[in-house]
Amino acid sequence: MRIPCPFCGDRDSHEFVYRGDAEPRRPNDDTGFYDYVYLRSNVAGPMQEHWYHAQGCRNWLVVTRDTCTHEIAGAVLAREAAR
Amino acid sequence: MTRLSIFSLAANALSGHKKWAPTWRDASPKASYDVVIIGGGGHGLATAYYLAKVHGIRNVAVVEKGWIGGGNVGRNTTIIRSNYGLPGNEPFYEHAMKLWEGLEQDFNYNAMVSQRGVLNLYHSDAQRDAFARRGNAMRLHGVDAELLDADAVRSMAPFLNFDNARFPIMGGLLQPRGGTARHDAVAWGYARGASDRGVDIIQNCEVTSFLRGADGRIIGVETSRGTIRAKKVGMAAAGNSSRIAAMADLRLPIESHVLQAFVSEALKPVIPGVITFGAGHFYISQSDKGGLVFGGDLDGYNSYASRGNLPVLEDVCESGMAIMPMIGRARLLRSWGGICDMTMDGSPIIDRAPVEGLYINAGWCYGGFKATPASGWCFAHLLATDQPHQVTAAYRLDRFATGHVIDEKGQGAQPNLH
Repeated sequence: MRIPCPFCGDRDSHEFVYRGDAEPRRPNDDTGFYDYVYLRSNVAGPMQEHWYHAQGCRNWLVVTRDTCTHEIAGAVLAREAAR
Repeated sequence: MTRLSIFSLAANALSGHKKWAPTWRDASPKASYDVVIIGGGGHGLATAYYLAKVHGIRNVAVVEKGWIGGGNVGRNTTIIRSNYGLPGNEPFYEHAMKLWEGLEQDFNYNAMVSQRGVLNLYHSDAQRDAFARRGNAMRLHGVDAELLDADAVRSMAPFLNFDNARFPIMGGLLQPRGGTARHDAVAWGYARGASDRGVDIIQNCEVTSFLRGADGRIIGVETSRGTIRAKKVGMAAAGNSSRIAAMADLRLPIESHVLQAFVSEALKPVIPGVITFGAGHFYISQSDKGGLVFGGDLDGYNSYASRGNLPVLEDVCESGMAIMPMIGRARLLRSWGGICDMTMDGSPIIDRAPVEGLYINAGWCYGGFKATPASGWCFAHLLATDQPHQVTAAYRLDRFATGHVIDEKGQGAQPNLH
């Protein structure tokens, strides 16, 4: 897999650290924490996920990737995706 | 069905092997059953077998979207062991180990169970202490464990690289009763035993949704081969557990990840048992056919693709060359990937679902094969009695909400690290 890093360009996935599904949002109080920490949609198909370019620009990215084919549709900086 | 023995083998040999009967009935679905099990892998078939044999519930169907044994029971590295450290895990895996020991006589099928030993190598004082602790925990549960020093490891496996600068081998934790089994034969043996007792094994039958009663209870499944009603529905769908659960509007504490495994060309016997190099993410055994069967870590990203990528292949081969340089001369024959249902604490779930009528058997991570007999035994117990078996009492679905996680590796809620 090659990830199109918005800062560095097309790079091998080996340079990145995977964190997982980008969908869960940290809740403001205790009530949503179980959902946030443990429950996952575990999508079969296109999924937005966090990758960290540890051996590159050290940016957190939101990568859109198909979990059934490993095909990568695109990547944006996580701080821009959060806006 | 004919009992298999040396006499049946001789009789079939004398008749030119033309009179062998099919091992199990390839059934078509009936309109309703007492129990429908989703997933015709090792766990689903074992569940059906023990439901029929132990609990006398024979009006059972196993529905499989592909062919039986085509999923993870055909994609593992065939290792059986019960060398766990935590109280929630050890009695369960030892129950599995005891069932393995009598399995072939029990279901009258050759599963080639071979207790050739499982050796975990250690490379530092800290790792030795951790292994001593785990070995002691095993022995307190009545399980065999021996802590070996470097000389004892050297006498078992002189070909290892003992003087690696980063990971010198100081010894190992050995479970002599661990070993390997013929994975496909496990599926076939359970299928044969279940089919023989009246269980319908229905292949090419994909579940597309659940049937709900007026009170919301699950009363059956819609499949690609029509509607099947059931008093109880059990799911044993491994890597596809989240997709099945989603049909019942449930989200599970599970991520699906791909784990690769590899086999070399066949060689003369060179490796005595199973050897694991946990510090370097590599483990290996040799099949009876001679191939070196080995693997390492998950690829590390969510996947349903049943195939991995090259970086992990590289890592695994580098680790293998570091600890066992002699394998560099062997050529790689095949590689494959299996989809693992990784839970948030690395331990499985056998429990009733929050929806009435549905029962969950999931979250086996990459340890499902060794668990097969006990998973079937205990899931059958749950389906038959609505009570958890005593050795799976800790495998609750709600343990993540209540804080009773069983985190053998201590990684926290990070499924790709377990």
